[in-house]
Amino acid sequence: MAGSLTRLLRHHLAALRMLLVFTVITGIAYPLVVTGIAQAVFPHQANGSLVKDGGGPVASSLIGQRFNLPSQKGQPSGSPDPKWFQPRPSAAGPAGYDPKSSGASNLGPNNAGLVKAVRDRRTAVAAFDRVPPSSVPPDALTASGSGLDPDISPAYAYEQVNRVAKARSLDPAAVRKLVAEHVQGRTLGFLGQGRVNVIVLNHDLAALKRR
Amino acid sequence: MNETLAGWLQILALVGALALSFRPLGDYLAHVLTCPRHWRVERLVYRVGGVRGDADQPWPAYLRGLLAFSAVSVLFLYAFQRLQNHLLLSVGTKPVAPDLAFNTAASFVTNTNWQSYSGESAMGHLVQMAGLAVQNFVSAAVGIAVVAALIRGFTRKKTDRVGNFWVDLTRIVLRVLLPISFVMAIVLVAGGTIQNFHGIQSITTIAGDHQSITGGPVASQEAIKELGTNGGGFYNANSTHPFENPNPFTNWLEIYLLLVIGFSLPRTFGRMVGDNRQGYAIVAVMGLVWAASVAIVTANELHSVSSSAGHAAGGMMEGKEQRFGIWASALFAVSTTLTSCGAVNSFHDSYTPGGGGMTIFNMMLGEIAPGGTGSGLYGILILAIVTVFVAGLMVGRTPEYLGKKLGAREMKFASLYILTTPGLVLVGAGLAMALPGERAAMLNSGQHGFSEVLYAFTSAANNNGSAFAGLSANTAWYNTALGLVMILGRFLPMVFVLALSGSLARQQPVPVTAGTLPTHRPQFVGLLTGVLLIVVGLTYFPALALGPLAEGLR
Repeated sequence: MAGSLTRLLRHHLAALRMLLVFTVITGIAYPLVVTGIAQAVFPHQANGSLVKDGGGPVASSLIGQRFNLPSQKGQPSGSPDPKWFQPRPSAAGPAGYDPKSSGASNLGPNNAGLVKAVRDRRTAVAAFDRVPPSSVPPDALTASGSGLDPDISPAYAYEQVNRVAKARSLDPAAVRKLVAEHVQGRTLGFLGQGRVNVIVLNHDLAALKRR
Repeated sequence: MNETLAGWLQILALVGALALSFRPLGDYLAHVLTCPRHWRVERLVYRVGGVRGDADQPWPAYLRGLLAFSAVSVLFLYAFQRLQNHLLLSVGTKPVAPDLAFNTAASFVTNTNWQSYSGESAMGHLVQMAGLAVQNFVSAAVGIAVVAALIRGFTRKKTDRVGNFWVDLTRIVLRVLLPISFVMAIVLVAGGTIQNFHGIQSITTIAGDHQSITGGPVASQEAIKELGTNGGGFYNANSTHPFENPNPFTNWLEIYLLLVIGFSLPRTFGRMVGDNRQGYAIVAVMGLVWAASVAIVTANELHSVSSSAGHAAGGMMEGKEQRFGIWASALFAVSTTLTSCGAVNSFHDSYTPGGGGMTIFNMMLGEIAPGGTGSGLYGILILAIVTVFVAGLMVGRTPEYLGKKLGAREMKFASLYILTTPGLVLVGAGLAMALPGERAAMLNSGQHGFSEVLYAFTSAANNNGSAFAGLSANTAWYNTALGLVMILGRFLPMVFVLALSGSLARQQPVPVTAGTLPTHRPQFVGLLTGVLLIVVGLTYFPALALGPLAEGLR
């Protein structure tokens, strides 16, 4: 009995030693070497593709942001700012676009709450952008998987041009041209979907001169 | 280029890349698992680890090594999470609660990577890279080791030796998983996946708001997460998160990585048994099931079938990312549920009843098309054994597969293997539905809520790890129940596979006669596919009828 117990212990001790060896190789050495190479060769990507404005970073071009009116009484107001291109709805955190709580709504395909939310959004976006409700594209009405989607469809970007131009007293043609410059096609022509990065678009919009 | 053509090209490019990898990777794996020479660094690993790498083991010893290694891994990972606040790079995280730490430890050791926590707030960088990611490597290697032992059962005769667990484990990690992950991690970083040790960085946004940008060694973990069909995301949002999966190319690459070992292993099998055609038959079944599933899910999502939310929005974009769209999301969803990966680039809970139901059915198939690293191949080989047995009954002959007789003992192990997972899924989901507190954890109500629970137990028992994530599964009951289901769903089948391997290895092969069922012809491909669908369909039909089928037919 005592002999078999000793054997069992010795067995597990060897297993533990093997686990520690693999921890050193795949858990310490591997990520450190990858980090070293990544930081040396691709520092911009490895550090989050940050967008800088003069001094510090104002965004990561990969992570979506809220573009709402300034908060009142310390609370985010939640109403969209007409001066900016608006991103998709977000389920990351109560206010949306919180990278500390990435995630989706997880509402089912026939969930009554989701159906109502989609209909309400259609009405609200159509009124905000002054377009017919039927022309609002699906990405403007649905929350993304990550809640941090930085992209919208080209259709949704073009839909917002007149509203943004008016709020900023800009020539709509100039804003339309800016959007056109930011439309990205499918990668290699066939991977994924066409899109406009709202972060980069809004960042460049801020630099556009008034007419 | 229109959407349909682009979608088809995306799929064809993937199939082409997998076809190109099939021979070289399959042959290389066969070489790794059979070559008699050790590398010097491997000898060093055996010496430091205190194990013997020079002699093959009988199946009970092989199994003992595997179970000891896994048991120690669960304990180590549990302690690691409980003590993480005392460690380096904890980035302000607290110790993980006991039930959640058990669930997570079980989850990563069993190659499931079910996540009841959200990575960005619950786990420090050190736990992620030196705890969780280590299991991504070794649990994947354990799966391949078990199938290697099973194949040796077919190729060897009159012996009780099925291989050496420590040698298989070490070689698969050092010669296969580590080099591929290393190269792919760098490619992912080039594409925009982050790789740093920053904590949370507060920034003032473009509109003057505040935002916290997260950091972490993501790319190194992402590469092995897909390659080893683990699927545990660095972040809660998994591969939908732009820091894990920044663009359509990285997305395509991640799908390729999570399929490539599973689809190449049949070549390894054919090589090792000395008849490549046997491998082609197996990969044909895998490919058929995969292609059919891609077609079904894509069609359901494109046409918003039976989804009132999809009709209201004009498209099934809830839970999907703009940069991927429907085609790339459906392709990922099918691939991740037909392997044991469980990473997601879109959230399945919001899929159409047909699309989401299909992801559940994919897992119920036992994840064999192509399945998890190793586990997919041993799963389909068990079904091949059942198929040969059924065919043998039809003509009244003793069934044999690859020259080995399938007698009562072999069929017992195969049957036990097949019964384990459905038993766990149906009992687990049934219990959860019987308990009012556990029922309340559903986010959606009615049939869709039941699908969330069914998905959770199917995912755990099959070691997938993806979720209909609306279910609030971070409770003591779900953490404990799902943790146990994951452990039983992983190791019981392995016990049966290794026992089967030992029993096959002892036999003297029987010569092929005119009455032997050929197992490399289209006829066998058809038979195996049929047996697979009938066995799984009959087992799960009532449960599926209560969930996705009822919802889809409303």
